Amino acid sequence: MLRQPLTRALALSPSRVAPLAARKFAAQADKVEVFIDDKPVYVPPGTTVLQAAAEIGVEIPRFCYHERLAVAGNCRMCLVEVEKSPKPVAACAMPVMKGMRVKTNSDLTRKAREGVMEFLLVNHPLDCPICDQGGECDLQDQSMAFGSDKSRFTDIHFSGKRAVEDKDVGPLIKTIMTRCIHCTRCIRFASEVAGVDDFGTTGRGTDMQVGTYVEKMFLSELSGNIIDLCPVGALTSKPYSFAARPWETRRIDSVDVLDPLGSNIVVATRTNEVLRILPRTNEEINEEWLSDKSRFACDGLKRQRLVTPMIADSRGNLTPVEWEEAIVAAATALRDCPPDKLLVVGGDLADAESLVALKDLANRLGSEAVCTEHYFPLDGAGTDLRSSYLLNTKIANVEDADFVLLIGTNVRFEAPLLNARIRKAFIHKETDVALIGPKVDLTYEYTHVGDSASIVKDLATGTSSHEVLKRLENSKRPVVILGADQLKTSEGPALLAYTQELALSLQDKLENKEWKVLNVLQRTASQVAAMDLGYKPGVGEMLQKGPKVVFMLGADAGVITRENLPKDCVVIYQGHHGDAGASIADIVLAGAAYTEKNGTYVNAEGRAQQTLPAVTPPGKAREDWKIIRALSEVVGARLPYDNLEEVRARLAEVCPSMVSYGDVQNNNYFAQARALAQSLQKPVSGTLDVQLKQLEDFFMTDSISRASPTMAKCVQAVIKQKQSPY
Amino acid sequence: MAGALARIIHGSKNQLGFVGPLVTVNNGSVRFQQTKTSFGPLADSDRIFTNLYGRHDWRLRGALQRGDWYKTKDIILKGTDWIVNELKTSGLRGRGGAGFPTGMKWSFMNKPSDGRPKYLVVNADEGEPGTCKDREIMRHDPHKLVEGCLIAGAAMGAQAAYIYIRGEFYNEASNLQVAIAEAYQAGLIGKNACGSGYNFDVFVHRGAGAYICGEETALIESIEGKQGKPRLKPPFPADVGLFGCPTTVNNVETIAVSPTICRRGGSWFASFGRPRNSGTKLFNISGHVNTPCTVEEEMSIPLKELIERHAGGVCGGWDNLLAIIPGGSSTPLIPKDVCETAIMDFDGLVAVQTSLGTAAIIVMDKSTDIVKAIARLIMFYKHESCGQCTPCREGVSWMNKIIYRFVEGNASPKEIDMLWEISKQIEGHTICALGDGAAWPVQGLIRHFRPELERRMAAYAAAHGPSLAERLY
Repeated sequence: MLRQPLTRALALSPSRVAPLAARKFAAQADKVEVFIDDKPVYVPPGTTVLQAAAEIGVEIPRFCYHERLAVAGNCRMCLVEVEKSPKPVAACAMPVMKGMRVKTNSDLTRKAREGVMEFLLVNHPLDCPICDQGGECDLQDQSMAFGSDKSRFTDIHFSGKRAVEDKDVGPLIKTIMTRCIHCTRCIRFASEVAGVDDFGTTGRGTDMQVGTYVEKMFLSELSGNIIDLCPVGALTSKPYSFAARPWETRRIDSVDVLDPLGSNIVVATRTNEVLRILPRTNEEINEEWLSDKSRFACDGLKRQRLVTPMIADSRGNLTPVEWEEAIVAAATALRDCPPDKLLVVGGDLADAESLVALKDLANRLGSEAVCTEHYFPLDGAGTDLRSSYLLNTKIANVEDADFVLLIGTNVRFEAPLLNARIRKAFIHKETDVALIGPKVDLTYEYTHVGDSASIVKDLATGTSSHEVLKRLENSKRPVVILGADQLKTSEGPALLAYTQELALSLQDKLENKEWKVLNVLQRTASQVAAMDLGYKPGVGEMLQKGPKVVFMLGADAGVITRENLPKDCVVIYQGHHGDAGASIADIVLAGAAYTEKNGTYVNAEGRAQQTLPAVTPPGKAREDWKIIRALSEVVGARLPYDNLEEVRARLAEVCPSMVSYGDVQNNNYFAQARALAQSLQKPVSGTLDVQLKQLEDFFMTDSISRASPTMAKCVQAVIKQKQSPY
Repeated sequence: MAGALARIIHGSKNQLGFVGPLVTVNNGSVRFQQTKTSFGPLADSDRIFTNLYGRHDWRLRGALQRGDWYKTKDIILKGTDWIVNELKTSGLRGRGGAGFPTGMKWSFMNKPSDGRPKYLVVNADEGEPGTCKDREIMRHDPHKLVEGCLIAGAAMGAQAAYIYIRGEFYNEASNLQVAIAEAYQAGLIGKNACGSGYNFDVFVHRGAGAYICGEETALIESIEGKQGKPRLKPPFPADVGLFGCPTTVNNVETIAVSPTICRRGGSWFASFGRPRNSGTKLFNISGHVNTPCTVEEEMSIPLKELIERHAGGVCGGWDNLLAIIPGGSSTPLIPKDVCETAIMDFDGLVAVQTSLGTAAIIVMDKSTDIVKAIARLIMFYKHESCGQCTPCREGVSWMNKIIYRFVEGNASPKEIDMLWEISKQIEGHTICALGDGAAWPVQGLIRHFRPELERRMAAYAAAHGPSLAERLY
């Protein structure tokens, strides 16, 4: 709908936001001088008055305007006086004109705002005391700042206020539509960013309602963002309803670990309980959005937790014990184990600190069998060159791509915000997308090339007759994204080799030498850090040796089961949730979840970021690296670090980039990786498949989200919605 | 609604510089010094709409007899500049209510092409209460409109014309459709229209009866298949209009008079009416008159003469007159003493704080409950507000509640000022002119009938005790 040729060319590209102004000033590439409250400011032509005012720190009140959404101009709160204009103009939509004099605080402006404010309040219920938006409500704040000091609403005593029936849009979003001020931000978000055109208005005039036309669930993996967007309490969080007031909560900046992107978050806590998770703006990663799993799975942090160390009794039941007993038991098992029979497995949510400590410990015990659960081909350059396993283009740069080729990945559910970027590029920059792999709904149109691995080979060798090859070759900023799941099969090495060949041959021909084409999208938050630290991806080879002791650090992906271990094998599980790993363990060491520790995570781009402790670990649970440090003491292989600084110094020793938080380095050695991969280009014949195909697959993918009742409700609701005729 | 636009355009002449090319607003029409002092009645030989009452054949044969499609090819071949210049000379101002000079509007379309097609859109969504001029053209003289589309299209280099016709106009739409079919068959439009080598299509698009779709950008949205909600301006339709292409939206009457102007010359048209208000115009006279009618008259005819001559006078005589709404429901009413001297043209009505609008005159005699009449209009606007922007959505329904209490008098006299202020809070703060059109009838009422409002409140208080509003406000 959105991306019709004309909308593309006209309505959405920035230069067309104000064609009149744009055309008028196109000749002079210079900036336009405008005066905001008599202060001169120079802005590029096409800038709106509101943006120009923001340049010099003048905040113009607004409800409907949102910098990441199309301009609607319907709330009229941003009306300002412009000299020589008889009526006030909407600052959010008005492009600046040369010499324009804007008065943001004149009598006319103030009167206009006061009038609009009064109109917005005339039908808005006075239920602030029971409204969840209270304290973070734009309407509240702005009526304090710009509203009138008295009420003239005599008519509510005669005929009352407007009342609107609430809508049911799923288990995540609570609607109280009487509070709606019709700013249409949610509608624009749904159609522009989320790509689900289900929201809209029905009726007109005072009977206009925002809703989903027919009652249906908002089937999007980004739905929670409309809660943040809603300037009033019409859309609030269902799981968080009536839980707390914003001023009661403590807010801790942190990083999300439930997908590989490492979205920046704020963890809101009260009385040592995580109440909700909100996105934190990071233009490089998540802008200001957050996926539903990252936002709503936080109630899983309170359930299925391992709160105390445990040891399996004679009948195999795990029974709580003191730390001393558990550590001694684990140490004994480790000490008695021959070095070549020890297997260490790092899980999906492990932080870099505990990963490095565990690896050091295993190495000190003489074992090199330090693995992650997910496989990555070790042939060729393997994990030696970072460029082979990272998103080299970088998330933000995907916006500038002109062609995106997705191979064996459903980005929409594997990395929702990367998909949002691709969609943004698709809509605003006419980026074209092609997909090799199963046909899935990516929220935008793409060319489906097929699902056979041999297509990648044909493209790489230039023998493909598909038009996609031409388009790739002609594109100036192509991006190739390979889903890491595809590398687990026996054809993985060849697939990676062909993808490298394809991407790097494209990259060589580019004029822009800085542009990176090759991307591998990992599936989990810990994988990149683990590979950086020298973990061997995949446990298959080690399992065949028949380990005597398996140490699982949060390994819950179900790769290791009792069936594929020898009978007498001792399983030590360290982690925070009673999930697949703990259920097969003999010894359980209770660790901390990502909201409870200061941990380093490296996202799929290779960007190191840290979580901060928002709450303390529950019960006897402890920070993970400390448990390993304590264990090392008892085993007799003491690790040489006693505090976080020293652990991080060790991290820096192994991988310096891992402690430069927030930065991401450019990867090199593409040519070498490609050269090493040449020999791996063997014929491939398999078909590519992805794990997460439908929305219901998206919600429960790791130990935290599997423990979350909200996520379970989402799965149920999506399945139910799919049975509905709408 | 379009009537509402008139004021904005008028009041903002000196600010037009800021919308760029509109700056030359005064050039086109001021060519004649005013020498004429009496206006009307219009001679039969000067009438443009010679089949206004449907007494003759409306189809192609009849139209040809009346002189339509005469030498249209020659007019087209004279070229864009000649047509636009002729329109500029004629001083024709938009007949939809806003009164924007048509020649200039067309000339905006003649910018160097950037490859996008251009479109002409004809606004036949005649929904303004009181107005019934376009329907007479479409059912009795549709070929005037079709020919006008071709000439206007040729003047602006448009590829096609879309005629957006009000959903309720079933017969009008079918007559128009027949006329278009006849014109296609006769080779008058379509490929090589009239043998001029120019290709031009005409499409009819039927609306669904929303008043707001008479606003030009809402109309464009509606043709595109979206909800009829006005767009933000800028960009103006001349830049980004129908399907994202440069578009001009004109009223039916504007388009329908243009062939005659081209044939008889701009100066002929300009010889009627006062300078800046020239031409002939269809006036609709309804309400408490003896013979309600639609009539073509010279511009600048005095209101009283118009009613006495064509509508058989006010019921019960001129002295029985209470008030007149002179330009369709969105224009402020004027009381009898103003009506005595009011002149029916753009400037003449602005001088008495109202507007020519669509020239739909609604006459109300002394039997009218004037407050209730205005309240009914506000209810219409409340019903027709699209709900997109705040002041109109919330403000008009609020005004509606208040004014219905005023009808009974169940209100406080202090609320009269409040209502005035609310109407001022709506006026000029909305995306389109519907908000203004809703605010002005109220302003007209308060301006001229405040004593009546106060009298009702006093009567209510005497009968029922002080109003609840008195205590609350």
